[in-house]
Amino acid sequence: MAVILETDNLKKNYFSKQALRGVSLKLESGRILGLMGPNGSGKTTFLKLIAGLQKPTGGKFTVFGQRAGFETKKHVSFLPDRNTLYPWMSSLDAIDFYDDFFDDFDREKALDMLDFMKLKKDDRVKTMSKGMIEKLNLTLTFSRKAKLFLLDEPLGGVDPVARERIVSTIIKTWTEDSAIIISTHLVNDVEHIFNDVAFIGDGELILTGDAETLRTERGKSIDQLYIQIFSDK
Amino acid sequence: MSEFDPNIPIYIQIMNGIKQDIVSGKVRPGDRLSSVRELAEALSVNPNTVQRVYQELEREGISETRRGTGTYILETPELIPRLKAEMAKSILRKFIDGMRSLGLSNRDIASAIDKEIAGGTN
Repeated sequence: MAVILETDNLKKNYFSKQALRGVSLKLESGRILGLMGPNGSGKTTFLKLIAGLQKPTGGKFTVFGQRAGFETKKHVSFLPDRNTLYPWMSSLDAIDFYDDFFDDFDREKALDMLDFMKLKKDDRVKTMSKGMIEKLNLTLTFSRKAKLFLLDEPLGGVDPVARERIVSTIIKTWTEDSAIIISTHLVNDVEHIFNDVAFIGDGELILTGDAETLRTERGKSIDQLYIQIFSDK
Repeated sequence: MSEFDPNIPIYIQIMNGIKQDIVSGKVRPGDRLSSVRELAEALSVNPNTVQRVYQELEREGISETRRGTGTYILETPELIPRLKAEMAKSILRKFIDGMRSLGLSNRDIASAIDKEIAGGTN
């Protein structure tokens, strides 16, 4: 298995606030990592650094063996935790936009997925519900032939049916030679699709490991483990 | 999604489900099992977990993988009786452990079973 992502003591400060206090982890191809922690624990900051949207204050990371920079951005497809599409755009406009922007965009796949998500080409962002916007953004993110997919809270504010659809899209998109990181605090809905889990609190990793091993060792679901770790913090 | 028991590895729970389907006749010897991705999607579990399920089933002599076409349930006549015996044993073990934890002796357990089979106390 190839190493897709390796971070070494990654740090980020926002002025005097330390958002990440040194995170080191390794992710291999074919794995799905669940990055879990309460609001403000550093999940989004971590993903933004890996996506190349912000510069780390300290530490380093490699994607697919390459040092962070312009080249690594090509391998990383990022789903932000809030909508970044313009309200006037239709689904098709958004697909055109991505198609123009990314060399590795698979238009065919995007149109297929749009259909699976039950979205229409001429639906406009401003008339879409939160769940629809999330599904459209996910469609765009997953239609790139990237090595590393970063999904920041893909399930937040989405109803259970749409949630299930999103989960099955994640499984559909999964391949042996790419890796996926999903940040979430809705652990229960997705814990069974994780191979690896990382609990993050206050900018530090509290616990990492293989999901199945942790469940067996602790005799708890990942959801129960989450509650145990964060309830006394 | 969350119907899994957190105390038992998920791959074992999925294996048990498939064995159950074989014994009950929902899946017949010679049938092709769903592809890894299909089953992973249906159960909302990681595809690696399903891969492990299929590996273990093969190791236990329940299925075989035919190159390029998929995973099939073996057509051996002893398969269903063997699975039945294996599952009956595990149900019994669980039952006996439960009875013992209530402080019942072997004799108490046996007579409770006899009584229940003979006509039921309820």
